[in-house]
Amino acid sequence: MGLLDKQFTDDNIVIAKVEDLLNWARLSSLWQMGFGLACCAIEMMATSASHYDFDRFGVIPRPSPRQSDVIIVSGTVTLKMAIRIKRLYEQMPDPKYVISMGSCSNCGGPYWEHGYHVLKGVDRIIPVDVYVPGCPPRPEALLEGLLKLQEKIRHESLVKKSA
Amino acid sequence: MKTTEEIFNLLKDKFGESIIELKTDVPVEQFIIVNPLEIDKVCIFLTSNNELAFDSLMNLSGVDDANGETKKDEEGNTQTTGGTLSVYYHLESTSIRHKLVLKASTPRENPEVSSVAEIWRVADWHEREAYDLLGIKFLNHPDLRRILMPYDWDAGYPLRKDYKNPEYYQGMKVPY
Amino acid sequence: MSLDIENKTTTNEKLKTEEMILNMGPQHPSTHGVLRLELQLEGELIVNVKPHIGYLHRCFEKHCEAMTYPQVIPYTDRMDYLASMYNEFGYAIAVEKLLDIKVPERVEYIRVIMGELQRVASHLVALGTYGADIGAVTPFLFCFRDREKILSLFEMTCGARLLYNYIWVGGVSHDLHHDFLRLTKDFVDYFRPKIKELNDLLTFNKIFIERTANVGILPLDTAINYGITGPMLRASGMKWDLRKDDPYSIYDKFDFDIPIGDGRMGTVGDSWDRYYVRVLEMEQSLKIIEQAIAQIPEGDVTSAIPKRIKPVVGQVYSRVEGPRGELGYFIISNGTVNPFRVKVRAPSFVNLAVINELCKGHLVADVITVLGSIDIVLGDVDR
Repeated sequence: MGLLDKQFTDDNIVIAKVEDLLNWARLSSLWQMGFGLACCAIEMMATSASHYDFDRFGVIPRPSPRQSDVIIVSGTVTLKMAIRIKRLYEQMPDPKYVISMGSCSNCGGPYWEHGYHVLKGVDRIIPVDVYVPGCPPRPEALLEGLLKLQEKIRHESLVKKSA
Repeated sequence: MKTTEEIFNLLKDKFGESIIELKTDVPVEQFIIVNPLEIDKVCIFLTSNNELAFDSLMNLSGVDDANGETKKDEEGNTQTTGGTLSVYYHLESTSIRHKLVLKASTPRENPEVSSVAEIWRVADWHEREAYDLLGIKFLNHPDLRRILMPYDWDAGYPLRKDYKNPEYYQGMKVPY
Repeated sequence: MSLDIENKTTTNEKLKTEEMILNMGPQHPSTHGVLRLELQLEGELIVNVKPHIGYLHRCFEKHCEAMTYPQVIPYTDRMDYLASMYNEFGYAIAVEKLLDIKVPERVEYIRVIMGELQRVASHLVALGTYGADIGAVTPFLFCFRDREKILSLFEMTCGARLLYNYIWVGGVSHDLHHDFLRLTKDFVDYFRPKIKELNDLLTFNKIFIERTANVGILPLDTAINYGITGPMLRASGMKWDLRKDDPYSIYDKFDFDIPIGDGRMGTVGDSWDRYYVRVLEMEQSLKIIEQAIAQIPEGDVTSAIPKRIKPVVGQVYSRVEGPRGELGYFIISNGTVNPFRVKVRAPSFVNLAVINELCKGHLVADVITVLGSIDIVLGDVDR
């Protein structure tokens, strides 16, 4: 980002790489489809409220998957719901990112041993970019997860396809 | 306000063999054991009688009594035969303020209990849940199908003591 | 074709209409979680609503049979995650009845203060999200701002914001912080004028009244037959509150009122009444907290916690008045350290079944209004 910052102090001409510009545009306005399933959804709502504001990072909640960039899977994923999550993920347009919030969607959480109806981790059906641990994670932890995702996007390249 | 003993004597006079026994030695709550196929007639009497007036069903729960014989088969899974499944009813009267507990036991091989969903509409979903998780069939229920598990779940009834998890469900690995 | 706006019907002898099935799917911004509603529509009017649940079934009852009695408490937290203190409270009371032990008086006062603070926090979420569903986004931010203050009080006591594991069988896990009572008193004084602010913003707002009055009317005998409890039953006109009618803990030492719905904006038992009963209950909870802070004695909070919980063979059904209704625990013990069977009578599970009766004949937008006024939490419905 150093090249971009320097150019702003001079005239109204900016010279930068296309990659940097596209990545900067993408990470500054990640529209989320807040997929609140269980208790972690309440912490996600508290993060969007005024105390730990989400909007200052450019993140707005959108109701539909076709208008969003990132899906935050917050809460326990059950077998009945897993099929629907896969369909929603396929409805999102590229480039799309997944944040797995909370212990239940990372690995099954406290229900890993006897949960006959719990999917042990949402990464069994969709590819995940950032895992946020906690049960439930504090709003500050979710903000750190978002910043890590922004770091990841900053280093993306147009030529090599991201995994 | 009537105690459980007085209600037991009242029911025994009216229904005879449908009321099986009154259990008083179990701690905290006494309960009356009723024939499972006659329980809807008993409940209609309990709601319509003015001295009893049980107009509210607080709770309906299915229980696996685990009193059959268990043996391990070739793969090491436990199989239970014999024994009973029970349904507990907790009733209350909002006007007279007394409570009652009923129990109905059915054999594990063919569990059938008369439904009380026409008397108290709250029993509708509770009986569907008992059917879903334990496999108890309720006769004359308006709409008996699974409620919590997926509609195409064919791996059995999860809350029974000899339930075993399937390996895969629609392509997803179920155990950890 | 004649259109009758008052009675919301259309009649036409020549136009053929078909019924349409519309799916309000598991992912929806206004269904408060993962709930699927299958709406059968005749034009814009609702003929039938079929709820499909089970998308959050987390096998709570199977876990209880595998864990010991104290290990069940974190799992009870996660059922109704907006009122965790009350879930733990109900479970602790049930097991204490089975063991027949008595807790110290300081523990009882602490449990009541935590329970009533939790009731205020839960109602704030219910009212804030109800306004956001209907279209008023500002009260949502105001309610969450006040809720953060309550969460910081909880965090000071037990370290967690949402799921506490604080109320144990026989006592509580930590004693109160030495500043807790002073800060709680400050919060009560701060919050009272905020209720008036919420009333000015939302409750007596003309648009809100037009949206919610006379929508989803629940008659009283239907409510009792369907097993409805909590603010929904009180809004239909019946003064029934387990804290007064079947007292548990030390609630008989406090002086508070039971607000009921009186149909002043429409009919008795409509959505506005259910909303207003919750606003008035918050005020009564503040009264209870003030009295508890004034009367709380000193004592040791961990003295009655048993080392190993192994009750006698028996069963118990005990219930408490949670923020959403009657929360009951039916525990059967077979003499070992693991419970034999735990059945939870969840208030949201029972309250949701009546949605078909409430929505018949209304428009599609009214389904959101009715669902918000029932105030369900899907963790409680599916357990």
